Amino acid sequence: MIRRLLPLVVAATCLGGIAQADTLETVRERGHLKCGINTGVVGFAAPDDKGIWRGFDVDLCRAVAATLFGDPDKVKYSNLTGKTRFTALRSGEIDLLSRNTTWTFSRDTDLQLTFAGVNYYDGQGFMVPKNLGVKSAKDLDGASVCIQTGTTTELNLADYFRQNGMTYKAVPIETTSEALTIYLAGRCDVYTTDASGLAATRAATKNPDAHDILPEIISKEPLGPVVRQGDDKWADIVRWTLNALIAAEEFGVTAANVKSMAGSSKNPEVRRLLGAEELQGRAALGLKARWAVDVISGVGNYGEIFERHLGKNTPVGLARGLNAQWKNGGLMYAAPFR
Amino acid sequence: MIGNVAANFAALDKTFSFRFLWELPAGYDINQTLISYTNQNSHLRAAVVGLLNTGLVAIVGIFLATVLGFSVGIMRLSNNWLVSRIAYVYVEFTRNTPVLLLILLWHGIIINTLPHPRQALSLGGSVFISNRGFYVPAPVIEPAFWWVAFVFCIATIIAAALYRRGRRLQLSTGIRKPYLLYGLGLTIAATILAFYVAGTPVTLDRPTLRGFNYRGGMTLIPEFVALTWALAFYTSGFIAENVRSGINAVDRGQRDAACALGLTENRTMKLVILPQAMRVIVPPLTSSYLDLMKNSSLAIAIGYMDLVATLGGITLTQTGREMETMLLVMAIYLAISLSISWGMNIYNRRQRLVER
Amino acid sequence: MTGNPPPRTYPPGDHPDLPPPPATSGIVGWLRSNLFSSPFNSVLTLVAIWLIYLFVTGVGGWMVFDSVVSADSRAACQAIDSGACWAVVTTRLDQFVYGFYPPAERWRPNLAFALLLIALVPILFSAVPIRRPLLWFAAAYPFIAAWLIYGGFGLPVVGTGQYGGFMLTLIIGVTGISASLPLGILLALGRQSKLLALRVISTAFIEFSRGVPLITLLFVASTMLNYFLPPGTSFDLLVRVLIMVSLFAAAYLAEAVRGGLQAIPRGQVEAAEALGLSRWTTTRRIILPQALKIAIPGIVNVFVGLYKDTTLVVIIGLLDPLGIARAVLADAKWNGLATETYLFVALFFFLSCFAISRYSLWLERRLATDHQRTSTP
Repeated sequence: MIRRLLPLVVAATCLGGIAQADTLETVRERGHLKCGINTGVVGFAAPDDKGIWRGFDVDLCRAVAATLFGDPDKVKYSNLTGKTRFTALRSGEIDLLSRNTTWTFSRDTDLQLTFAGVNYYDGQGFMVPKNLGVKSAKDLDGASVCIQTGTTTELNLADYFRQNGMTYKAVPIETTSEALTIYLAGRCDVYTTDASGLAATRAATKNPDAHDILPEIISKEPLGPVVRQGDDKWADIVRWTLNALIAAEEFGVTAANVKSMAGSSKNPEVRRLLGAEELQGRAALGLKARWAVDVISGVGNYGEIFERHLGKNTPVGLARGLNAQWKNGGLMYAAPFR
Repeated sequence: MIGNVAANFAALDKTFSFRFLWELPAGYDINQTLISYTNQNSHLRAAVVGLLNTGLVAIVGIFLATVLGFSVGIMRLSNNWLVSRIAYVYVEFTRNTPVLLLILLWHGIIINTLPHPRQALSLGGSVFISNRGFYVPAPVIEPAFWWVAFVFCIATIIAAALYRRGRRLQLSTGIRKPYLLYGLGLTIAATILAFYVAGTPVTLDRPTLRGFNYRGGMTLIPEFVALTWALAFYTSGFIAENVRSGINAVDRGQRDAACALGLTENRTMKLVILPQAMRVIVPPLTSSYLDLMKNSSLAIAIGYMDLVATLGGITLTQTGREMETMLLVMAIYLAISLSISWGMNIYNRRQRLVER
Repeated sequence: MTGNPPPRTYPPGDHPDLPPPPATSGIVGWLRSNLFSSPFNSVLTLVAIWLIYLFVTGVGGWMVFDSVVSADSRAACQAIDSGACWAVVTTRLDQFVYGFYPPAERWRPNLAFALLLIALVPILFSAVPIRRPLLWFAAAYPFIAAWLIYGGFGLPVVGTGQYGGFMLTLIIGVTGISASLPLGILLALGRQSKLLALRVISTAFIEFSRGVPLITLLFVASTMLNYFLPPGTSFDLLVRVLIMVSLFAAAYLAEAVRGGLQAIPRGQVEAAEALGLSRWTTTRRIILPQALKIAIPGIVNVFVGLYKDTTLVVIIGLLDPLGIARAVLADAKWNGLATETYLFVALFFFLSCFAISRYSLWLERRLATDHQRTSTP
């Protein structure tokens, strides 16, 4: 039997040996982007009343689609859990992962991923019901902690409690929505995840004022878009789309004024960004001259995206904090378009 | 297919190796551990903890399901119309509802309707029931306890000898003497006596509310309770149906003959019907047990850390070794299943009707 | 028998038929023989009645009498009455049925469902007037339904990510059942085959699939199936799940069919050979029809099992009724109504599975007529 199967195996190996096509080309030929997002976190990726996915992470997918096709709607979304996200990316099921993913050393190297930048600087925090009377994470010795499995938060939590000589009882949970259900049922005393996720979760409760987010932030969680390793052109597309969004905010380019600024701006970098002057190397990525105009008119600049989904006037109600522009004391700092 | 895997792995620069199992610390915590475990232990140990948790649910679940299933199966055959109808409704409800749904339903009921630990229901001041778990006193064993255990063993051996003697007497003379009762009485009396003579060497560690949760004692976490109970509830329907059809499969003439010999109803059941019915009942019973064991993998839906949730869940995502972890998980389940059905085949061959 | 005064003596052969004593007939008699035949039984009956009373007043009161059917939120429910808050189900009924299928296109799954009922008629009942054309329709049904639901060829495409609710259960259930039946029969035949390679492959496949939990196979489908495919190809997640569920069910089905095959006496094959039938014709005309008939209860059990197991897809992120239930429970308005939501989904599954098992009993009885022997009384 083995002898009979052998030619098949050899044939399959040869057929299989054809190298994976360049993602940029594949996506262009396919005509739409396949983007992996969360299964539902208010503000980052959640379906609206009509079932259309909206949020901070979703808009990054849309921006990349606008870069490639001039149309932010040419995206197909896959909803991924903490468990399925990396395999979906590596197996080619999606082209881009935009799902609150923390940039860490082992993910970058061992899991063969490439992080194309940071679009949200986050940190892990704790949320407790107010009536528990807890004011600091240091008071949490012996508490039951609801935690999403398959994330960095799980490891951070173990580290933090070990470091402070405290014990806890883990209540592992698969998805954010489940975490909320179980936390509100009182199965655990405290829910821990990224501070942005806590704010989003708190916004989803009936009475947000009944819950406190503790002051301790126990980790650094730089979240960003992820692509497969070894596909540099594709990573460049994502990285510079993100840079364009951040730079646009820095230079005051908004969805409303981008068309007029493309003609009228005197700032040489803005002119290069918006295609009024030639940007060297643009052709190497196969980008149109006015690609950034499509992006910003389609989804707005970084600040606009933030305010639309996460800002003070949304249920999530987050301050810019670390995510403010570098000029305002934040960490958002776009590499120059030159 | 293997070629595809090799090509895909090569394209992704991935390797196939199980070294991560003992080289990397797991880094995560497990909420129910039967052996000592901390997040600094290896992934391998985490997997073993998960496997033991699977085993615990399977064993307790199988025990409960068997007790429930046999009771309901016999109720189903009761000549009391109402009792048999109640059993029928029970069987149909459990058999026609997805097991995952039952697990979520029981978990939902436990965490949503039971009180918080601070208002826990108390049974006699030492058992507490809350939505964080069922707290029961844990026995603390002192060295002298082993003397009691020793006495118990000796008494059991004597009781067994008495029982055999009784049987031999019955076989040779037909006289029945309650040797079994004597033996049981002896064992219980001797053990209790030894227990007090040794100065009650087992004390109870009662759970007390300290800080956020109860500490001390033994805790059955709600996930364990919900999972075990739901699996037992679901499987008992199948077992009941199986017991019923097994008993029905025994020829009616056997019962008539037993009746003609003057055996009582109970003795007919015990000595004539059940031994023959067991031959029909046991093979499907084993597959029910196997199903329960495999269904325990649904633990992941409610966050009970079994083998699938540890090795096939968190370890998988933390290390990114889907291929290795999933293959290992499937191999373990396969090994358990195959060895149980192998044992079953041997049993069946032994039990086969010897035709003369 | 009217006007027969005492003394009660009758000539031989003239004894009238007197009614049985009242204690053994009618309601009283029934009660006596079925509920109060012995002291122990009487106690049992009383305990049972007490339990039913507790159930009806407690659970029944909660489920029916004190329940709220329409309200805007859990708080609104609680303001109206103390029982179950079924409003959580009624307000989201659309999602429970269709998932996120666009409302404008919902006529398509509706039509597909109606056609399903039509396609089922010739399969389920043999005494149907125009059975043959209907059977052809039933064979074509999966493709028609796939086109209706997915779209293309003139209909707008609706991505599989938008399927959910009971619709998704039916999609997976019906596809799984119709794909696993032929596969399972082939596997069962393969396991009995004289070709060693075929026998080994079939046996290995069957034993493997039956030895591992379905959930691990679904994880394989969701996380690593792409590694087994030629690089660059990828399937939709739902397609991968359908493949896995069908293969899994096929293995169980093969075992059910094998039981039927083994029950066919050797003489049947020998007689067919003596008649000069080819091996294929023997299998198709002599063995399979008899074997399948014997295997029906087992096959139906596998189908019911498969149908129930469709709920497992929630664990890999598909929005079946349980997935919708979880999404609904995460909504701030409906938090904490797990019991109501899950009971509603349980009711749906119970009704459909119960119907299938009743049908199977009916079919068994109908097909059994030609084999009926007088059993010992």
